[in-house]
Amino acid sequence: MDSTDRKIIQATQAGLPLVSQPYHQVAEQLGLQPEDVIVRMQRMLDSGIIRRIGVVPNHYALGYRANGMSVWDVPDHDVLRLGPLVGQLPFVSHCYRRPRHLPEWHYNLFAMVHGRSREDVESQVSQIADLLGEANLGHEILYSTRILKKTGLRLAA
Amino acid sequence: MFTRTEQHLLNDWQRDFPLDPRPYARMAEQLGISEAEVIDALETLKKQRAISRVGAVVKPGTIGASTLAAMAVPGERLEDVAEWVSAYDEVNHNYERDHRFNLWFVITASDADALNNVLAVIGDESGLPVMSLPLVEAYHIDLGFDLNFPHQEPEAQP
Repeated sequence: MDSTDRKIIQATQAGLPLVSQPYHQVAEQLGLQPEDVIVRMQRMLDSGIIRRIGVVPNHYALGYRANGMSVWDVPDHDVLRLGPLVGQLPFVSHCYRRPRHLPEWHYNLFAMVHGRSREDVESQVSQIADLLGEANLGHEILYSTRILKKTGLRLAA
Repeated sequence: MFTRTEQHLLNDWQRDFPLDPRPYARMAEQLGISEAEVIDALETLKKQRAISRVGAVVKPGTIGASTLAAMAVPGERLEDVAEWVSAYDEVNHNYERDHRFNLWFVITASDADALNNVLAVIGDESGLPVMSLPLVEAYHIDLGFDLNFPHQEPEAQP
């Protein structure tokens, strides 16, 4: 990834323009050729820097009002095997391993689940618990009660 | 409620957006409508805030340095602390959550030094510990999110 790639990400982080030739518009803004923007985005997609390109739904506005961050205490030697399985569940939008912060925080696996209600979220979380089985040493669901700020990725210019 | 076209756009186009000089025209061909109709529908969804954008979702941690930070803020100070945490450009998500750790935010900075600096400033200014839980490994494939619209027959064209 070079500085031109960074500029493309930066120029499109608020979204691609809704015009007939969006890559041309981005290219013009950056002083690049349109094919160059397309080739570079394809390359970033192939290498995994870009996960996907498409419509980014606003879950909350679409009625998925219950946003539960489920956090799990899983032994370190189990999390390597089980983390990817949790991440594959269709209702898990994000799944990360993070460090514990002892003594006040002993959870090392985070799985974000969205539902139309807390009951939905709870039933999804119980499926995660089933999958983890005895490797689940404890878990909690932290519901968001307010979205205080949500913006796309910001890169310093 | 959403039209059939809107449902398709919301659910089926979260990935594989065409890397083609005229991507909306390519989508239109598959949807059996015109390019202008695709653009109009996306504009409408954006105005309704049903979508936040059409664009790339970048893998976390590939650019700059970031972390998930949490604080246990006493209730009477939450409004204040939340407001000035959100004011940092480096803070891109900030949620109040139903837990002793009631403020959760993502900080993204140009590099590790800049990130640590933001963490230190937030800790100093608030006089509260800031727990930093940076990503160790990402496990989801992120193919998008199935919105589970009820299955319907393709909408007849008017």
